[in-house]
Amino acid sequence: MRKKEFKYYLISIGTIILFLVVWYLLSDVFQVFRKGMLPGPVKVARSFVEKLSTKTPDGNTLFGHIGASLKVVLIGYIIGVAAGIPSGVLMAWYQPVDDMVRPVFDFLRTIPGVAWIPVVTVWLGIGLKAKAAIIFVNVFVGTVVNIYSGIKQTNEVQIWVAQIFGAGRLEILFKVALPSSLPYLFTGLKVSLSMAWLGIVAAELLASQSGLGYMIQVARSLGRPDLVIVGMLTIGLIGAFLTMALEMAERVFVKGNRK
Amino acid sequence: MSSMIEVKNVRKLFVNEEGEKNEVLKNVSFHVDKNEFVVIFGPGQCGKTTLLNIIAGLEEATDGEVLKMGETVSGPGPDRAVVFQDILLFPWLTVMQNVEYSMKVRGMDSRMRREEAGKYIDLVGLNGFEKAYPVQISGGMKQRVGIARAYCTKPDVMLMDEPFGALDAQTRYLMQDEVIRISSTEKRTVVFVTNNVEEAIYLADRIIIMTDCPSTVLKDIKIDLPRPRSYVDPEFLSLRKEISAMLNRKR
Repeated sequence: MRKKEFKYYLISIGTIILFLVVWYLLSDVFQVFRKGMLPGPVKVARSFVEKLSTKTPDGNTLFGHIGASLKVVLIGYIIGVAAGIPSGVLMAWYQPVDDMVRPVFDFLRTIPGVAWIPVVTVWLGIGLKAKAAIIFVNVFVGTVVNIYSGIKQTNEVQIWVAQIFGAGRLEILFKVALPSSLPYLFTGLKVSLSMAWLGIVAAELLASQSGLGYMIQVARSLGRPDLVIVGMLTIGLIGAFLTMALEMAERVFVKGNRK
Repeated sequence: MSSMIEVKNVRKLFVNEEGEKNEVLKNVSFHVDKNEFVVIFGPGQCGKTTLLNIIAGLEEATDGEVLKMGETVSGPGPDRAVVFQDILLFPWLTVMQNVEYSMKVRGMDSRMRREEAGKYIDLVGLNGFEKAYPVQISGGMKQRVGIARAYCTKPDVMLMDEPFGALDAQTRYLMQDEVIRISSTEKRTVVFVTNNVEEAIYLADRIIIMTDCPSTVLKDIKIDLPRPRSYVDPEFLSLRKEISAMLNRKR
Protein backbone atom coordinates (compact mmCIF):
# COMPACT_ATOMS: atom_id res chain seq x y z
CA MET A 1 0.00 0.00 0.00
CA ARG A 2 2.67 2.48 1.03
CA LYS A 3 4.79 1.47 -1.93
CA LYS A 4 1.88 2.13 -4.25
CA GLU A 5 1.36 5.58 -2.76
CA PHE A 6 5.02 6.36 -3.17
CA LYS A 7 4.85 5.32 -6.81
CA TYR A 8 1.82 7.55 -7.30
CA TYR A 9 3.67 10.56 -5.88
CA LEU A 10 6.65 9.81 -8.06
CA ILE A 11 4.47 9.74 -11.18
CA SER A 12 2.74 13.00 -10.19
CA ILE A 13 6.03 14.76 -9.66
CA GLY A 14 7.34 13.35 -12.93
CA THR A 15 4.34 14.72 -14.80
CA ILE A 16 4.80 18.18 -13.32
CA ILE A 17 8.48 18.19 -14.24
CA LEU A 18 7.64 17.04 -17.76
CA PHE A 19 5.09 19.84 -18.07
CA LEU A 20 7.67 22.43 -16.97
CA VAL A 21 10.28 21.05 -19.35
CA VAL A 22 7.91 21.15 -22.33
CA TRP A 23 6.88 24.65 -21.37
CA TYR A 24 10.53 25.66 -21.12
CA LEU A 25 11.37 24.13 -24.49
CA LEU A 26 8.42 25.76 -26.26
CA SER A 27 9.03 29.21 -24.82
CA ASP A 28 12.70 29.77 -24.17
CA VAL A 29 14.47 27.25 -26.40
CA PHE A 30 12.44 26.96 -29.60
CA GLN A 31 10.49 30.18 -29.18
CA VAL A 32 7.45 28.88 -31.11
CA PHE A 33 5.39 32.00 -30.35
CA ARG A 34 6.20 35.55 -31.31
CA LYS A 35 8.74 36.98 -28.91
CA GLY A 36 7.22 37.87 -25.54
CA MET A 37 3.90 36.11 -26.14
CA LEU A 38 4.74 33.00 -24.11
CA PRO A 39 7.09 33.71 -21.23
CA GLY A 40 9.01 30.74 -19.91
CA PRO A 41 8.64 29.14 -16.49
CA VAL A 42 11.66 30.95 -15.10
CA LYS A 43 10.30 34.34 -16.11
CA VAL A 44 6.89 33.49 -14.67
CA ALA A 45 8.42 32.32 -11.39
CA ARG A 46 10.37 35.57 -11.17
CA SER A 47 7.22 37.62 -11.85
CA PHE A 48 5.37 35.58 -9.26
CA VAL A 49 7.90 36.32 -6.55
CA GLU A 50 8.10 39.95 -7.60
CA LYS A 51 4.30 40.30 -7.59
CA LEU A 52 4.19 39.15 -3.97
CA SER A 53 5.50 42.59 -2.98
CA THR A 54 4.95 45.01 -5.88
CA LYS A 55 1.72 46.86 -6.46
CA THR A 56 2.35 47.79 -10.11
CA PRO A 57 0.76 47.68 -12.60
CA ASP A 58 -2.68 47.06 -11.11
CA GLY A 59 -2.54 48.73 -7.73
CA ASN A 60 -2.22 45.69 -5.51
CA THR A 61 0.14 42.90 -4.49
CA LEU A 62 -0.71 39.29 -5.31
CA PHE A 63 -1.88 38.75 -1.73
CA GLY A 64 -4.06 41.81 -2.02
CA HIS A 65 -5.75 40.36 -5.08
CA ILE A 66 -6.12 36.92 -3.55
CA GLY A 67 -7.66 38.50 -0.46
CA ALA A 68 -10.06 40.58 -2.54
CA SER A 69 -11.23 37.57 -4.56
CA LEU A 70 -11.45 35.22 -1.57
CA LYS A 71 -13.43 37.69 0.48
CA VAL A 72 -16.08 38.02 -2.20
CA VAL A 73 -16.23 34.28 -2.81
CA LEU A 74 -16.53 33.40 0.86
CA ILE A 75 -19.23 36.00 1.54
CA GLY A 76 -21.31 34.86 -1.43
CA TYR A 77 -20.61 31.19 -0.72
CA ILE A 78 -21.45 31.21 2.97
CA ILE A 79 -24.67 33.15 2.48
CA GLY A 80 -25.58 30.93 -0.47
CA VAL A 81 -25.03 27.74 1.54
CA ALA A 82 -26.73 29.13 4.64
CA ALA A 83 -29.81 30.03 2.62
CA GLY A 84 -29.66 27.02 0.31
CA ILE A 85 -29.65 24.27 2.93
CA PRO A 86 -32.89 25.26 4.72
CA SER A 87 -34.61 26.05 1.42
CA GLY A 88 -33.68 22.68 -0.07
CA VAL A 89 -34.72 20.87 3.11
CA LEU A 90 -38.11 22.63 3.21
CA MET A 91 -38.74 21.80 -0.43
CA ALA A 92 -37.76 18.17 -0.04
CA TRP A 93 -39.55 17.51 3.24
CA TYR A 94 -42.79 19.50 2.88
CA GLN A 95 -44.80 18.70 -0.21
CA PRO A 96 -46.82 21.99 -0.27
CA VAL A 97 -43.60 24.03 -0.23
CA ASP A 98 -42.27 21.89 -3.05
CA ASP A 99 -45.44 22.36 -5.10
CA MET A 100 -45.32 26.12 -4.65
CA VAL A 101 -41.64 26.83 -5.11
CA ARG A 102 -40.49 24.22 -7.61
CA PRO A 103 -41.93 25.72 -10.83
CA VAL A 104 -40.19 29.05 -10.27
CA PHE A 105 -37.02 27.43 -9.00
CA ASP A 106 -36.77 25.02 -11.92
CA PHE A 107 -37.11 27.92 -14.31
CA LEU A 108 -34.58 30.16 -12.58
CA ARG A 109 -31.96 27.46 -12.21
CA THR A 110 -31.70 27.01 -15.98
CA ILE A 111 -30.23 30.52 -16.24
CA PRO A 112 -26.45 30.17 -16.16
CA GLY A 113 -24.66 32.01 -13.36
CA VAL A 114 -22.68 34.33 -15.63
CA ALA A 115 -25.90 35.48 -17.29
CA TRP A 116 -26.71 37.24 -14.04
CA ILE A 117 -23.64 39.47 -14.27
CA PRO A 118 -25.09 42.25 -16.49
CA VAL A 119 -28.31 42.64 -14.58
CA VAL A 120 -26.58 42.49 -11.20
CA THR A 121 -24.09 45.17 -12.24
CA VAL A 122 -27.03 47.37 -13.22
CA TRP A 123 -28.62 46.87 -9.80
CA LEU A 124 -25.60 46.79 -7.53
CA GLY A 125 -22.71 48.34 -9.45
CA ILE A 126 -19.33 46.62 -9.69
CA GLY A 127 -18.37 46.47 -6.05
CA LEU A 128 -18.23 43.68 -3.52
CA LYS A 129 -22.00 43.45 -3.21
CA ALA A 130 -22.55 42.85 -6.89
CA LYS A 131 -19.94 40.11 -7.15
CA ALA A 132 -21.02 38.43 -3.93
CA ALA A 133 -24.58 38.44 -5.27
CA ILE A 134 -23.49 36.60 -8.42
CA ILE A 135 -21.64 34.01 -6.36
CA PHE A 136 -24.65 33.73 -4.08
CA VAL A 137 -27.01 32.89 -6.95
CA ASN A 138 -24.70 30.14 -8.21
CA VAL A 139 -24.07 28.59 -4.83
CA PHE A 140 -27.67 28.84 -3.68
CA VAL A 141 -29.00 26.96 -6.71
CA GLY A 142 -26.34 24.24 -6.46
CA THR A 143 -26.88 23.73 -2.74
CA VAL A 144 -30.66 23.53 -3.01
CA VAL A 145 -30.50 20.97 -5.83
CA ASN A 146 -28.09 18.72 -3.97
CA ILE A 147 -29.64 18.70 -0.53
CA TYR A 148 -33.05 18.30 -2.15
CA SER A 149 -32.06 15.17 -4.02
CA GLY A 150 -30.09 13.97 -1.01
CA ILE A 151 -33.18 14.06 1.18
CA LYS A 152 -35.46 12.67 -1.52
CA GLN A 153 -33.28 9.57 -1.86
CA THR A 154 -33.58 8.68 1.83
CA ASN A 155 -34.29 4.97 2.01
CA GLU A 156 -37.93 4.28 2.78
CA VAL A 157 -37.12 1.34 5.03
CA GLN A 158 -34.78 3.51 7.13
CA ILE A 159 -37.68 5.88 7.63
CA TRP A 160 -39.81 2.88 8.61
CA VAL A 161 -37.23 1.81 11.17
CA ALA A 162 -37.42 5.23 12.78
CA GLN A 163 -41.22 5.18 12.68
CA ILE A 164 -41.33 1.80 14.37
CA PHE A 165 -39.12 3.23 17.09
CA GLY A 166 -41.71 5.94 17.56
CA ALA A 167 -39.83 8.85 15.97
CA GLY A 168 -41.90 11.82 14.83
CA ARG A 169 -41.61 13.54 11.49
CA LEU A 170 -39.19 16.21 12.66
CA GLU A 171 -37.06 13.64 14.47
CA ILE A 172 -36.92 11.57 11.28
CA LEU A 173 -35.87 14.64 9.29
CA PHE A 174 -32.99 15.47 11.63
CA LYS A 175 -31.87 11.99 12.61
CA VAL A 176 -32.46 10.03 9.41
CA ALA A 177 -33.05 12.14 6.30
CA LEU A 178 -30.40 14.78 6.98
CA PRO A 179 -27.58 12.41 7.95
CA SER A 180 -28.34 10.22 4.98
CA SER A 181 -28.24 13.24 2.66
CA LEU A 182 -24.84 14.44 3.91
CA PRO A 183 -22.75 12.78 1.18
CA TYR A 184 -24.93 14.49 -1.43
CA LEU A 185 -24.67 17.79 0.37
CA PHE A 186 -20.88 17.60 0.41
CA THR A 187 -20.75 16.79 -3.28
CA GLY A 188 -22.89 19.88 -3.81
CA LEU A 189 -20.70 22.01 -1.55
CA LYS A 190 -17.59 21.01 -3.44
CA VAL A 191 -19.10 21.60 -6.85
CA SER A 192 -20.50 24.99 -5.87
CA LEU A 193 -17.23 26.05 -4.31
CA SER A 194 -15.35 25.47 -7.54
CA MET A 195 -18.20 27.12 -9.44
CA ALA A 196 -18.03 30.09 -7.11
CA TRP A 197 -14.31 30.35 -7.66
CA LEU A 198 -14.77 30.19 -11.43
CA GLY A 199 -17.60 32.68 -11.19
CA ILE A 200 -15.56 35.25 -9.31
CA VAL A 201 -12.86 35.26 -11.96
CA ALA A 202 -15.47 35.73 -14.69
CA ALA A 203 -17.10 38.55 -12.74
CA GLU A 204 -13.78 40.25 -12.11
CA LEU A 205 -12.78 39.97 -15.75
CA LEU A 206 -15.93 41.81 -16.75
CA ALA A 207 -16.37 44.35 -14.05
CA SER A 208 -14.06 45.00 -11.13
CA GLN A 209 -11.29 47.09 -9.63
CA SER A 210 -9.46 44.41 -7.70
CA GLY A 211 -9.04 40.68 -7.42
CA LEU A 212 -7.25 38.02 -9.46
CA GLY A 213 -9.54 38.34 -12.47
CA TYR A 214 -8.94 42.07 -12.50
CA MET A 215 -5.20 41.53 -12.23
CA ILE A 216 -5.28 39.25 -15.25
CA GLN A 217 -7.36 41.73 -17.17
CA VAL A 218 -4.96 44.62 -16.51
CA ALA A 219 -1.91 42.48 -17.29
CA ARG A 220 -3.49 41.43 -20.58
CA SER A 221 -4.18 45.01 -21.64
CA LEU A 222 -0.62 46.02 -20.77
CA GLY A 223 0.93 43.13 -22.65
CA ARG A 224 2.25 41.28 -19.60
CA PRO A 225 1.59 37.60 -20.39
CA ASP A 226 3.88 36.59 -17.52
CA LEU A 227 1.50 38.22 -15.06
CA VAL A 228 -1.51 36.68 -16.80
CA ILE A 229 0.02 33.25 -16.24
CA VAL A 230 0.87 34.11 -12.62
CA GLY A 231 -2.80 34.98 -12.15
CA MET A 232 -3.99 31.75 -13.77
CA LEU A 233 -1.67 29.57 -11.69
CA THR A 234 -2.72 31.33 -8.50
CA ILE A 235 -6.38 30.76 -9.31
CA GLY A 236 -5.66 27.06 -9.81
CA LEU A 237 -3.71 26.77 -6.57
CA ILE A 238 -6.30 28.52 -4.42
CA GLY A 239 -9.07 26.43 -6.00
CA ALA A 240 -7.17 23.27 -5.11
CA PHE A 241 -6.68 24.42 -1.51
CA LEU A 242 -10.37 25.23 -1.10
CA THR A 243 -11.38 21.80 -2.40
CA MET A 244 -8.90 20.13 -0.06
CA ALA A 245 -10.33 22.02 2.91
CA LEU A 246 -13.83 20.80 2.07
CA GLU A 247 -12.64 17.24 1.61
CA MET A 248 -11.14 17.37 5.07
CA ALA A 249 -14.44 18.64 6.46
CA GLU A 250 -16.24 15.85 4.65
CA ARG A 251 -14.04 13.25 6.28
CA VAL A 252 -14.90 14.69 9.68
CA PHE A 253 -18.66 14.99 9.14
CA VAL A 254 -19.59 12.06 6.92
CA LYS A 255 -19.25 9.12 9.28
CA GLY A 256 -19.16 5.47 8.42
CA ASN A 257 -17.15 5.75 5.23
CA ARG A 258 -20.04 6.19 2.84
CA LYS A 259 -19.49 6.69 -0.86
CA MET B 1 -57.91 -14.41 26.49
CA SER B 2 -57.40 -12.86 23.07
CA SER B 3 -54.42 -13.82 20.94
CA MET B 4 -51.33 -11.68 20.69
CA ILE B 5 -51.88 -11.12 16.98
CA GLU B 6 -55.03 -11.78 15.08
CA VAL B 7 -55.11 -11.39 11.31
CA LYS B 8 -58.70 -11.21 10.09
CA ASN B 9 -59.70 -11.61 6.43
CA VAL B 10 -56.86 -9.47 5.19
CA ARG B 11 -56.83 -8.67 1.49
CA LYS B 12 -54.30 -6.50 -0.28
CA LEU B 13 -54.69 -5.14 -3.76
CA PHE B 14 -52.04 -3.09 -5.49
CA VAL B 15 -53.11 -0.87 -8.36
CA ASN B 16 -50.33 0.44 -10.56
CA GLU B 17 -50.28 3.65 -12.58
CA GLU B 18 -51.87 2.01 -15.61
CA GLY B 19 -54.74 0.89 -13.41
CA GLU B 20 -53.76 -2.79 -13.51
CA LYS B 21 -54.80 -4.60 -10.37
CA ASN B 22 -52.55 -7.05 -8.62
CA GLU B 23 -54.01 -8.99 -5.75
CA VAL B 24 -51.22 -10.24 -3.49
CA LEU B 25 -53.17 -11.28 -0.38
CA LYS B 26 -56.60 -12.82 -0.39
CA ASN B 27 -58.70 -13.55 2.64
CA VAL B 28 -55.79 -14.23 4.99
CA SER B 29 -56.74 -15.16 8.55
CA PHE B 30 -54.68 -16.65 11.36
CA HIS B 31 -53.68 -15.90 14.90
CA VAL B 32 -50.46 -15.91 16.89
CA ASP B 33 -50.42 -16.71 20.60
CA LYS B 34 -48.22 -15.09 23.20
CA ASN B 35 -44.61 -16.31 23.15
CA GLU B 36 -45.28 -18.48 20.14
CA PHE B 37 -42.73 -18.74 17.32
CA VAL B 38 -44.81 -18.68 14.16
CA VAL B 39 -43.23 -19.04 10.75
CA ILE B 40 -45.06 -17.77 7.68
CA PHE B 41 -43.81 -19.98 4.92
CA GLY B 42 -44.58 -19.80 1.22
CA PRO B 43 -42.69 -20.71 -1.91
CA GLY B 44 -43.37 -17.68 -4.07
CA GLN B 45 -42.35 -14.06 -4.04
CA CYS B 46 -45.88 -13.03 -3.36
CA GLY B 47 -47.46 -11.33 -0.38
CA LYS B 48 -45.44 -12.50 2.63
CA THR B 49 -43.50 -9.29 3.12
CA THR B 50 -46.65 -7.28 2.49
CA LEU B 51 -48.43 -9.31 5.14
CA LEU B 52 -45.68 -8.64 7.65
CA ASN B 53 -45.69 -4.93 6.79
CA ILE B 54 -49.44 -4.85 7.37
CA ILE B 55 -48.98 -6.43 10.81
CA ALA B 56 -46.25 -3.86 11.49
CA GLY B 57 -48.61 -1.08 10.44
CA LEU B 58 -46.30 0.11 7.65
CA GLU B 59 -48.80 -0.77 4.92
CA GLU B 60 -52.57 -0.76 5.02
CA ALA B 61 -54.79 -3.71 4.20
CA THR B 62 -57.30 -3.16 1.40
CA ASP B 63 -59.87 -5.17 3.36
CA GLY B 64 -59.84 -6.85 6.74
CA GLU B 65 -57.83 -5.92 9.78
CA VAL B 66 -55.07 -6.90 12.14
CA LEU B 67 -55.60 -6.92 15.90
CA LYS B 68 -52.84 -6.82 18.46
CA MET B 69 -54.03 -7.91 21.90
CA GLY B 70 -57.55 -7.19 20.75
CA GLU B 71 -56.85 -3.70 19.41
CA THR B 72 -56.82 -2.71 15.77
CA VAL B 73 -53.38 -1.95 14.36
CA SER B 74 -53.38 1.48 12.75
CA GLY B 75 -49.71 2.40 12.36
CA PRO B 76 -46.15 1.40 13.18
CA GLY B 77 -45.03 1.32 16.78
CA PRO B 78 -42.27 0.05 19.07
CA ASP B 79 -44.53 -2.76 20.34
CA ARG B 80 -44.09 -4.49 16.98
CA ALA B 81 -40.39 -4.36 16.06
CA VAL B 82 -39.32 -5.42 12.59
CA VAL B 83 -36.09 -7.05 11.45
CA PHE B 84 -35.97 -6.26 7.75
CA GLN B 85 -34.85 -8.42 4.89
CA ASP B 86 -32.38 -5.84 3.60
CA ILE B 87 -30.03 -5.10 6.38
CA LEU B 88 -30.71 -1.45 6.89
CA LEU B 89 -28.68 -0.06 9.70
CA PHE B 90 -27.98 3.65 9.77
CA PRO B 91 -24.56 3.72 8.12
CA TRP B 92 -23.55 6.95 9.86
CA LEU B 93 -23.98 5.43 13.33
CA THR B 94 -21.77 2.91 15.08
CA VAL B 95 -23.07 -0.51 16.14
CA MET B 96 -23.69 0.85 19.64
CA GLN B 97 -25.46 3.96 18.37
CA ASN B 98 -27.64 1.90 16.03
CA VAL B 99 -28.74 -0.37 18.86
CA GLU B 100 -29.30 2.60 21.18
CA TYR B 101 -31.30 4.55 18.65
CA SER B 102 -34.81 3.51 19.70
CA MET B 103 -34.10 4.32 23.35
CA LYS B 104 -32.71 7.69 22.33
CA VAL B 105 -35.95 8.44 20.51
CA ARG B 106 -37.82 7.57 23.71
CA GLY B 107 -35.60 10.01 25.60
CA MET B 108 -33.92 7.52 27.91
CA ASP B 109 -30.80 8.93 29.57
CA SER B 110 -27.49 7.97 28.06
CA ARG B 111 -26.13 5.80 30.88
CA MET B 112 -29.17 3.57 31.08
CA ARG B 113 -29.29 3.46 27.31
CA ARG B 114 -25.72 2.30 27.06
CA GLU B 115 -26.25 -0.37 29.70
CA GLU B 116 -29.38 -1.70 28.04
CA ALA B 117 -27.85 -1.66 24.56
CA GLY B 118 -24.76 -3.38 25.93
CA LYS B 119 -26.94 -6.19 27.25
CA TYR B 120 -28.44 -6.87 23.83
CA ILE B 121 -25.11 -6.49 22.06
CA ASP B 122 -23.85 -9.22 24.40
CA LEU B 123 -26.92 -11.31 23.70
CA VAL B 124 -26.31 -11.30 19.96
CA GLY B 125 -22.60 -11.89 20.51
CA LEU B 126 -21.22 -8.63 19.19
CA ASN B 127 -19.17 -7.40 22.13
CA GLY B 128 -15.97 -5.77 20.96
CA PHE B 129 -17.68 -4.32 17.90
CA GLU B 130 -19.59 -1.51 19.62
CA LYS B 131 -17.57 1.21 17.96
CA ALA B 132 -17.50 -0.29 14.46
CA TYR B 133 -19.47 1.29 11.64
CA PRO B 134 -21.80 -0.93 9.60
CA VAL B 135 -19.51 -0.76 6.58
CA GLN B 136 -16.78 -2.44 8.65
CA ILE B 137 -18.73 -5.55 9.66
CA SER B 138 -20.03 -8.61 7.79
CA GLY B 139 -23.58 -9.31 6.63
CA GLY B 140 -24.25 -11.77 9.46
CA MET B 141 -23.02 -9.27 12.02
CA LYS B 142 -25.19 -6.54 10.55
CA GLN B 143 -28.24 -8.75 10.89
CA ARG B 144 -27.28 -9.40 14.53
CA VAL B 145 -27.23 -5.65 15.04
CA GLY B 146 -30.65 -5.52 13.39
CA ILE B 147 -31.93 -8.11 15.86
CA ALA B 148 -30.40 -6.37 18.88
CA ARG B 149 -31.87 -3.08 17.68
CA ALA B 150 -35.32 -4.65 17.43
CA TYR B 151 -35.12 -6.29 20.90
CA CYS B 152 -34.18 -2.96 22.45
CA THR B 153 -37.64 -1.56 21.88
CA LYS B 154 -38.96 -4.30 24.21
CA PRO B 155 -41.52 -5.31 21.62
CA ASP B 156 -44.52 -7.51 22.33
CA VAL B 157 -43.97 -9.04 18.91
CA MET B 158 -40.84 -9.48 16.81
CA LEU B 159 -41.58 -9.43 13.10
CA MET B 160 -38.76 -10.93 11.07
CA ASP B 161 -38.86 -10.66 7.30
CA GLU B 162 -36.56 -13.26 5.72
CA PRO B 163 -33.78 -11.89 7.87
CA PHE B 164 -31.24 -14.45 6.69
CA GLY B 165 -32.18 -14.48 3.01
CA ALA B 166 -29.10 -12.54 2.00
CA LEU B 167 -26.63 -14.60 4.03
CA ASP B 168 -24.51 -17.52 2.86
CA ALA B 169 -25.67 -21.01 3.88
CA GLN B 170 -23.14 -21.46 6.68
CA THR B 171 -23.93 -18.13 8.32
CA ARG B 172 -27.61 -18.84 7.83
CA TYR B 173 -27.47 -22.06 9.89
CA LEU B 174 -25.49 -20.25 12.54
CA MET B 175 -28.00 -17.42 12.71
CA GLN B 176 -30.93 -19.82 12.97
CA ASP B 177 -29.38 -21.34 16.07
CA GLU B 178 -28.71 -17.85 17.38
CA VAL B 179 -32.34 -16.85 16.91
CA ILE B 180 -33.47 -19.91 18.85
CA ARG B 181 -30.97 -19.24 21.60
CA ILE B 182 -31.91 -15.56 21.79
CA SER B 183 -35.64 -16.17 21.80
CA SER B 184 -35.31 -18.78 24.55
CA THR B 185 -33.36 -16.27 26.67
CA GLU B 186 -35.68 -13.37 25.87
CA LYS B 187 -39.07 -14.94 25.54
CA ARG B 188 -41.01 -13.11 22.82
CA THR B 189 -43.76 -13.65 20.33
CA VAL B 190 -42.08 -14.03 16.94
CA VAL B 191 -43.55 -13.91 13.45
CA PHE B 192 -40.88 -15.05 11.02
CA VAL B 193 -41.24 -14.99 7.24
CA THR B 194 -39.25 -17.35 5.04
CA ASN B 195 -39.39 -19.14 1.70
CA ASN B 196 -37.07 -21.87 2.92
CA VAL B 197 -38.91 -25.00 4.11
CA GLU B 198 -36.03 -26.29 6.23
CA GLU B 199 -35.65 -22.97 7.99
CA ALA B 200 -39.40 -23.01 8.68
CA ILE B 201 -39.41 -26.47 10.26
CA TYR B 202 -36.19 -25.84 12.15
CA LEU B 203 -37.48 -22.70 13.85
CA ALA B 204 -41.24 -22.90 14.14
CA ASP B 205 -43.66 -23.80 16.91
CA ARG B 206 -46.24 -23.48 14.18
CA ILE B 207 -46.02 -22.98 10.42
CA ILE B 208 -48.56 -21.03 8.41
CA ILE B 209 -48.19 -22.26 4.86
CA MET B 210 -49.16 -19.72 2.22
CA THR B 211 -50.07 -20.31 -1.42
CA ASP B 212 -48.54 -18.36 -4.27
CA CYS B 213 -50.24 -15.29 -5.81
CA PRO B 214 -52.72 -14.23 -4.57
CA SER B 215 -51.43 -15.52 -1.28
CA THR B 216 -53.76 -17.15 1.17
CA VAL B 217 -53.40 -19.59 4.07
CA LEU B 218 -53.09 -23.11 2.72
CA LYS B 219 -52.46 -24.88 5.98
CA ASP B 220 -51.63 -24.17 9.59
CA ILE B 221 -49.47 -26.91 11.15
CA LYS B 222 -48.14 -27.29 14.64
CA ILE B 223 -44.54 -28.50 14.75
CA ASP B 224 -43.94 -30.41 17.97
CA LEU B 225 -40.54 -31.87 17.20
CA PRO B 226 -38.36 -31.70 20.30
CA ARG B 227 -35.63 -29.05 20.42
CA PRO B 228 -32.80 -28.82 19.59
CA ARG B 229 -33.88 -30.04 16.18
CA SER B 230 -31.76 -31.68 13.55
CA TYR B 231 -31.97 -31.31 9.80
CA VAL B 232 -31.37 -35.02 9.29
CA ASP B 233 -33.77 -36.35 11.90
CA PRO B 234 -36.20 -38.80 10.17
CA GLU B 235 -39.22 -36.99 11.56
CA PHE B 236 -37.83 -33.68 10.30
CA LEU B 237 -37.36 -35.17 6.84
CA SER B 238 -40.82 -36.67 6.68
CA LEU B 239 -42.34 -33.32 7.68
CA ARG B 240 -40.37 -31.65 4.97
CA LYS B 241 -41.61 -34.18 2.44
CA GLU B 242 -45.17 -33.73 3.60
CA ILE B 243 -45.07 -29.94 3.25
CA SER B 244 -43.41 -30.09 -0.16
CA ALA B 245 -46.02 -32.56 -1.37
CA MET B 246 -48.76 -30.28 -0.12
CA LEU B 247 -47.41 -27.40 -2.18
CA ASN B 248 -46.92 -29.53 -5.28
CA ARG B 249 -50.47 -30.75 -5.13
CA LYS B 250 -51.64 -27.18 -4.93
CA ARG B 251 -49.64 -26.28 -8.00
